[in-house]
Amino acid sequence: MTEALFPLQRPLIAGDKTAADVTRDVCRPLEGRPTPLWWAGFLAAAALLGLGVVCVGYEVATGIGTWGLNKTVGWAFDITNFVFWVGIGHAGTLISAVLFLLRQRWRTSVNRAAEAMTLFAVMCAALFPLIHMGRPWFAYWVFPYPNTRGSLWVNFRSPLLWDVFAISTYFLISLVFWYVGLIPDLATLRDRSSGRRQRLAGLFALGWNGALSTWNRYELVYLLLAGLATPLVLSVHSIVSFDFSTSVIPGWHTTIFPPYFVAGAIFSGLGMVLTLMLIARKTMRLEDYITPRHVDVLCKLVLATSLMVGLAYTTEIATALYSGNPYEGFAFLNRAAGPMGWTYWIMVGCNVAAPQLLWSARVRRRLGIVFAISLLVNVGMWFERFVIIVTSLHRDFLPSSWASYSPTPIEIGTLLGSFGLFFTLFLLFCRFLPAIAMGEVKGVLSHGKGDHA
Amino acid sequence: MSRRLLYASFVGEAEVLAAVAALRAGGHSIDEIYAPYALHGLDRAAGLRRSRLGWVCAAAGFLGAGGMAWFQSWTSATSWPLNVGGKPFFSWPAFVPVTFEGGVLAAGLATVAAFLLRSRLYPGRAPSPLPAGATDDRFVVAVVARDATFDAQALARLCLEHGAVETVERVERGEP
Repeated sequence: MTEALFPLQRPLIAGDKTAADVTRDVCRPLEGRPTPLWWAGFLAAAALLGLGVVCVGYEVATGIGTWGLNKTVGWAFDITNFVFWVGIGHAGTLISAVLFLLRQRWRTSVNRAAEAMTLFAVMCAALFPLIHMGRPWFAYWVFPYPNTRGSLWVNFRSPLLWDVFAISTYFLISLVFWYVGLIPDLATLRDRSSGRRQRLAGLFALGWNGALSTWNRYELVYLLLAGLATPLVLSVHSIVSFDFSTSVIPGWHTTIFPPYFVAGAIFSGLGMVLTLMLIARKTMRLEDYITPRHVDVLCKLVLATSLMVGLAYTTEIATALYSGNPYEGFAFLNRAAGPMGWTYWIMVGCNVAAPQLLWSARVRRRLGIVFAISLLVNVGMWFERFVIIVTSLHRDFLPSSWASYSPTPIEIGTLLGSFGLFFTLFLLFCRFLPAIAMGEVKGVLSHGKGDHA
Repeated sequence: MSRRLLYASFVGEAEVLAAVAALRAGGHSIDEIYAPYALHGLDRAAGLRRSRLGWVCAAAGFLGAGGMAWFQSWTSATSWPLNVGGKPFFSWPAFVPVTFEGGVLAAGLATVAAFLLRSRLYPGRAPSPLPAGATDDRFVVAVVARDATFDAQALARLCLEHGAVETVERVERGEP
């Protein structure tokens, strides 16, 4: 009975661990040799990354004519991938910052890995606008710096420029947040290792010794960074949605976009968090830290955000019908029943229908099914961006300019390459840095054991 | 000038809280407490005040936002005004997103920089030589001798009574 009344008072970490156990368990994968499973994953990811490097190299050397874009569909695969990866990042910030502010202490087991996921996802995202420039060596032109052309400044009225500032701020703040969280754990790593690992961890631990006066400031700094990251994550995806909603294309020009994009971003990111956590707990033997309860809570968040996304899809259609605007109405009819209708139905099936299984507690306990649903969410959210971008463009106002779009092998290779980059970085992170925030997990060990008030 | 210190290590949360309260009630000066994680309530037990870094965050945030707002207006309306689709040169609503990002970036970076400076954390700083386990599972309370009445053995006994697992007496040369 008390369990039902005080669900937060159940232990968060299984196996009755002490603080010393946490240090040992979390540091063990860093100190031993990598497992064959790790090598298999790493080599597969590195191979994909290599493919991506070849494709991007060819594209940069030849020009973006190697992509399937045409005069009508000027944005397709690359921007889809950009929005997809930025969205993935947002769940990391949700877990590290928003759940911290909401005092959800179960987050301690997953926040470090989720923050790392954010960083790597934003790196993958930033790649796509960069290569879409065609001449990426001029990428610094997007920043306003005094130059010999006037100075000719950037256009601060363009959402694409807002994106530059939003994404760079988001990356820097996420990096700082992640690093500040790592400092105490790096000190732990320094104090239990020797040789080169000790020197490296010691360099980045900045001489941390755990003094209470430092912890006291650290706690406030962490709270402040969480408070800054929370509105930041909302602003970043709102600004990404402005790239579309400030234009006059039917299907893009709607006021629902900022909240719709933010909900979708968090939904897709939670899908990726689930995918990664289920892999990490198995391959790195972290079952006591990432427990079925963590999976259960994440599933409920996936379900809640799936309903928000479903509501947004319905609202869009209702708005299109109710507006009486023939172009708007056609854009949505074309999405669901046009030549690319199948992408729309993949989106609805993966994002709205499949997560409904998570209403059942039995399904949430079956980790295999949860893993499959998390993969479907990733697929569905990629298709959502594809649907929004390509189906809105390919049939616009003038039927004479209608066109179709299909990706070239170079574009598919670049997408696979971005997955390669993401998983290579993530596996390196799991190998060389504590994947679980030891300093935070130790603080919740007494949770629900009843020996402290 | 050298300092005499007694380091007492604790493993349990309740033990260290009680010991710190007892040491403070007995009028001993606690030099510093080293903790493997932020234990709720320990800062209050040790009588620490809330950090003032929040003011740095607020000041840097407003400066960053104000700076970006000014910079956008200056580049768009004064330095080289460009006619973009007939929009006014000082089209302030379009400047809101970047103003916000500038505020967040300045606030975040300045807060962390101020924290590292204030806590004297920098690459290459040698960590203080502490009894083993201070970054693993042990809370280490360092009591410093203020005058000749410092009785390390009596203090060690007091700490052991409160559940200390280890006590070490040390003389340190100079301020760290």
